[in-house]
Amino acid sequence: MAEFEPVLLANVGKQESWTRRVYEQNGGYQALRRVLKTMTPQEVVELVKASGLRGRGGAGFPTGVKWSFLPKDHPGPVYFCLNADESEPGTFNNRILMEHDPHQVLEGTIISAYATGASVVYIYLRYEYPLCLKRLQQAIDECYEAGYLGRDILGSGFSLDVYIHRGAAAYICGEETGLIESIEGKRAWPRIKPPFPAVQGVFGKPTVVNNVETVACVTHIAARGAEWFKSIGVPADPNNPRDAGSYGPKLYCLSGHVNRPGCYEAPLGITCRELIEHFGQGVWKGRRAKAAIPGGISMGLLTAQELDTPLDFSSLQKVGCLGLGTAAVVVMDETVRIIDYLYNSCRFFAHESCGQCTPCREGTAWALRIVDRIRRGRGRLVDLDILLEIGNTIGIIPGTTICGLADGAAWPLKNAITKFRQELEDFIRRTNPQGYMQSDPVPLELHTLEH
Amino acid sequence: MSNGKVSQEQPARVLTPEMIDEIRSYFSRYPTRQAVTLPALHVVNRHLRWVPPQAVEEIAQLLELPPAQVQDTLSFYGFFRQDAPCGQVRAWVCRSISCALRGGEELLEHMCRRLGIRPGQTTPDGKLTLEFAECLGACEYAPCMLAGEELHKCMTTEDADRFLESLGVQVVQESASQK
Repeated sequence: MAEFEPVLLANVGKQESWTRRVYEQNGGYQALRRVLKTMTPQEVVELVKASGLRGRGGAGFPTGVKWSFLPKDHPGPVYFCLNADESEPGTFNNRILMEHDPHQVLEGTIISAYATGASVVYIYLRYEYPLCLKRLQQAIDECYEAGYLGRDILGSGFSLDVYIHRGAAAYICGEETGLIESIEGKRAWPRIKPPFPAVQGVFGKPTVVNNVETVACVTHIAARGAEWFKSIGVPADPNNPRDAGSYGPKLYCLSGHVNRPGCYEAPLGITCRELIEHFGQGVWKGRRAKAAIPGGISMGLLTAQELDTPLDFSSLQKVGCLGLGTAAVVVMDETVRIIDYLYNSCRFFAHESCGQCTPCREGTAWALRIVDRIRRGRGRLVDLDILLEIGNTIGIIPGTTICGLADGAAWPLKNAITKFRQELEDFIRRTNPQGYMQSDPVPLELHTLEH
Repeated sequence: MSNGKVSQEQPARVLTPEMIDEIRSYFSRYPTRQAVTLPALHVVNRHLRWVPPQAVEEIAQLLELPPAQVQDTLSFYGFFRQDAPCGQVRAWVCRSISCALRGGEELLEHMCRRLGIRPGQTTPDGKLTLEFAECLGACEYAPCMLAGEELHKCMTTEDADRFLESLGVQVVQESASQK
């Protein structure tokens, strides 16, 4: 890790790092110039494929492969949507990039649009990021002035327009087809796939949706090459043909009970403990970690014994988590009650379920009511099994919902109940000594509906 | 109504020429008019601090859509208010996990108690609408609050009191015994 050189955050902290002047002083837009002058779009796709870059938004799908799904020789237009709806609790890496280095994001966006043959980019920006809106719009204006956007960019014949589309505080808009529906002016109900956006996306046209950090990586792959990118991170397991590896630098968000919360750049595959100890300077107040969320709240929970798990695309599943997600680590110290964590998580998903699929809408709402009742001292041991059953039956993985929101709701439940069952049982026994054995239905009035 | 006459009075129009021009400026960005729904709702919301039902009718006319279609989209996003205008300042206190671990819920509760309102309500003087937010994406500054366009970082209850004071909003003074 000693020789690792941060690139994504290299400009962050410099004075006026968000201006074109400072960005160009540090070598900005050289990669774009070179790409437009010397490479065909297909060569850029192959470059990104060769780099092994996987999407940074949560699902980790190989970016170059996603691009190659676009139909060849489509009359167009092709659309490129930049997913800046960052809303996963604990996650703020895209905000840092857009606030401090919007030109890095735009350079990657323009290169990615060139590679995919897109003529229009919509940046879907969450409402809660007003400073990003300001900085991005300034940067876009500067790009038009400099000829990096608009007609016939740098004399290449390639033309591109970029528009910011502002969201309205709905988590589901980060799901790529929900995002597409939202751009079209509809409720952000995710679509049944196939057809995938590459074939039929926004306005029925071929569409690529990529995360902000993903296109920022494209900037550096274009500047430094696929081999450089592949030299960082964790190589694919040769014994597992399904492992696509975890290559490149990654922005890790660290928050919760640590001494130094923040966004840190490291090679993919550092362990959770390294992140907490090295970057976060340990758990606050001299306490010990009880658990940590590995990659945004959807990904589940690591116990204190599991903190040496590498934060990459394949290791977290081995300890029962959903995956790397957004690589946002939230640390909980030994004073945190697991029931309170569960309540917070269940409340979030019940609030953000879009309501389209019944298992998710009802499952998240009932999970919240049950967890809330336990928290108020009216829990029964059987409730834990009911919660597990909800967790096991909602989501894409059991095949009952259209999108993965419910899987994200399920994992905190499943991880908390399997990894911290004793604590939860003790809590129920202690807070409801008379009634904890009851398995009869709970009167409806004990399920509160107000959250 | 008793004599069988129905009022022919047209409701007053709420979209100003300025708002209409602003909405129209988005038309060239999208291949469909419907895609201008969210931008149009944001324009109206920014000017009026709510989206009254009459505005939905007028947006629908402008976008050549059935009003129900605009209403359907609007109702999905809890962001747009239709019951009453928001206060002069709209503030969101984060209640998601990173903020909750560092006192976000207590912060929201404290502010609600000081104002004598509940999350989602507006102070009687119309100066502040206080809401909860799910993750504001500023977790390194937990607990945080977004007030208008300004992010308030690592807030204490003292910071909250100073913020309320700066708005000149009427607060409930707590007696020492309550604390």
